[in-house]
Amino acid sequence: MSEPNRPLVTAELVDTGLSASDRDDAARQLAALLHKAGRVSDLDGFLDDVRAREAQMATGMPGRVGLPHARSAHVAVPSLAVGICPGGVDFGGPDGPARLVFLIAAPAGSDEDHMRILAALARKLIHAEFREALLESPDARSVADTVIREVDVA
Amino acid sequence: MKFVAITSCPTGIAHTYMAAEALEQAAKAEGHEIRVEPQGAAGAQALGADVISAADAVIYAADLEVRDKGRFAGKPYVDVGVKAPINDAKAVLASAAEAARARTGAASGAAAAGTGGADVPTPETKVASGAGVGTRVRQWLMTGVSYMIPFVAAGGILIALGFMIGGYEIADAEPSTVIDDFSVVSAHSWGALLFLSGDALFAFLVPVLAGFIAFAIADRPGLAPGFLGGAVAVTVEAGFLGGLAAGFLAGFVALGLGRMPVPSAVRSIMPVVVTPLVASFVTGLVMFLILGRPLEALMSGLSSWLGSLTGGSLILLGAVLGLMMAFDMGGPVNKVAYTFATAGLATVGTTSGDAVEFTIMAAVMAAGMTPPLGLALATVVWRRLFTPAEVQNGKAAWLLGASFITEGAIPFAAADPLRVIPSLMVGSGVAGGLVAASGATLRAPHGGVWVIPLIGSPLMFLAAIAAGSVVTALAVWALKSVGRRSRPPESAPTAPRGHRRLTSRLRPPRREDPRRTEPCPSAPRRSARPSACTPAPRACSCRPRWRPGSRSASPEKTDPPATPAACSR
Repeated sequence: MSEPNRPLVTAELVDTGLSASDRDDAARQLAALLHKAGRVSDLDGFLDDVRAREAQMATGMPGRVGLPHARSAHVAVPSLAVGICPGGVDFGGPDGPARLVFLIAAPAGSDEDHMRILAALARKLIHAEFREALLESPDARSVADTVIREVDVA
Repeated sequence: MKFVAITSCPTGIAHTYMAAEALEQAAKAEGHEIRVEPQGAAGAQALGADVISAADAVIYAADLEVRDKGRFAGKPYVDVGVKAPINDAKAVLASAAEAARARTGAASGAAAAGTGGADVPTPETKVASGAGVGTRVRQWLMTGVSYMIPFVAAGGILIALGFMIGGYEIADAEPSTVIDDFSVVSAHSWGALLFLSGDALFAFLVPVLAGFIAFAIADRPGLAPGFLGGAVAVTVEAGFLGGLAAGFLAGFVALGLGRMPVPSAVRSIMPVVVTPLVASFVTGLVMFLILGRPLEALMSGLSSWLGSLTGGSLILLGAVLGLMMAFDMGGPVNKVAYTFATAGLATVGTTSGDAVEFTIMAAVMAAGMTPPLGLALATVVWRRLFTPAEVQNGKAAWLLGASFITEGAIPFAAADPLRVIPSLMVGSGVAGGLVAASGATLRAPHGGVWVIPLIGSPLMFLAAIAAGSVVTALAVWALKSVGRRSRPPESAPTAPRGHRRLTSRLRPPRREDPRRTEPCPSAPRRSARPSACTPAPRACSCRPRWRPGSRSASPEKTDPPATPAACSR
């Protein structure tokens, strides 16, 4: 809660060459980015929350997207880690292994403004153009910029 | 078409909004209008009443209990879970459109007459925006009925179990039997406990029916006046037909008040205070003043008419009593018939031999048993003529009918009175006439098949009931098949069949929302027997103790309105 106005995602939270054995591994690698950036205080605690959520219902989405997410006490600020995974990692989605993995970390008691940003992100994922833009981004910075630009709640 | 949708998911940050977006995008592509209320972590902008009322169907893409679901009462809907629209929003919209069409189609009802029973798919009909009066009336009725069914089933089964364990005299048990003298090893104690619990539930039948009809019409402000109207219907002994009238009256008064232009200072307290208050007053006034006296006159008129029939043809008398028993199942006409029989029972007392009064009692009980039995039979044989909720209720109706708990038929009759009541009357008339012709006798005022040992010529008695039940079922089939499609109109709280399949395939079990506790429409907090034995203007206008066929009369009682026997406890 120290810096509530930090952007949802930055270049250091993007892994453009994610290679993971399974969804657990993918979530762990992305969560490690959040942990390193100081956005997640307890890596294992947060991953437990993500797993608990994933166990309720697979978060694989149409368009080959994996969307692990959790509201967790171990999250300091609403954050997004993005993994682009050319080899694909199975999230139980209907049309194949996920090429795009979004790890959403929301603080347990965050206010509605923050939630609105995450809501806007979730809405964007429905749009194929948004997914294509991310997949075609040349580097981590442009992935982060694309997300910030698109999710900006006008 | 116009839709409204609710989306929600356990975490409330991802699927909720993806589903909302998917629905909006698909609706745009398909040329539909949709308004989505995502019930997620970002707060929800609730759908307005005008938006909801303009919608043709509701889409529940919710994995949590929908907040404030009452707003959508009576609308066609599909319930698909949050993942369905994310995976295929177009298909979800198509099934919602089908649900809307099925509702409108069922209402127009003119085409395809006589196809009942055949496996005919619902014809595509033109969709009129804004359902017609007939459709809406049925939606309102079905809402009330659907809330009443658990009371009928649970209460009826408790009462039947009470009879089974404690014998028919259990109906005279005092609450003190259970409160002060309860014995774990006493069948009488357990029987009394079951009977009194069922009796308390039955006290809610008419109020719940009226209350939720009014709720369907006017939303929450209709609830209080509706319950009041139902309670007064019980007090003035107007039965469930009185309850239907009260529900519509209360609902429309509340709806009218809610639509009146008022200063903004008052507006916020309108739905909570002013509308329920004024609508309750108006409903109470009409029910007491306008309905009370004519009903009393009707009952005494019927009583003396029945008296004039005695000495004539016994078979005719049995048939007439049968018709009366089934007419309002606990209302004034039923009461007159039942009292006529029990009063006769009291006059002959313990006479041995076969007094004609014993035969009349047998005819009346048989006639009170056939309505639930005949309907239960019909739900088994012609399942498609009934809504899923009715089919479920039909299962309980076997036991209720066998136990002479005529109330088991009320949900069917209230949902479709013009077709069901005549059918019940025909069957009960046949049963009453046959019992009278057979000379079977009965020496107990109630109990159903649990008093077979007290029946003279029990086989004839049971044969008459079987015949009456078959006639009832056939009549229901005939009337429900006329002017109606093969598929029954779906009731408000049950999902259209087509989308059921979709539902079972797609949706995970609904979870409790950890983020909130949902208030639910709860029963009134007052005692289960609100008016029992409070002083009242009429000698016996306290809520009578339940008796089979709903009547309060005890055998020793000859004129129920004048003898406050049931009040004295």
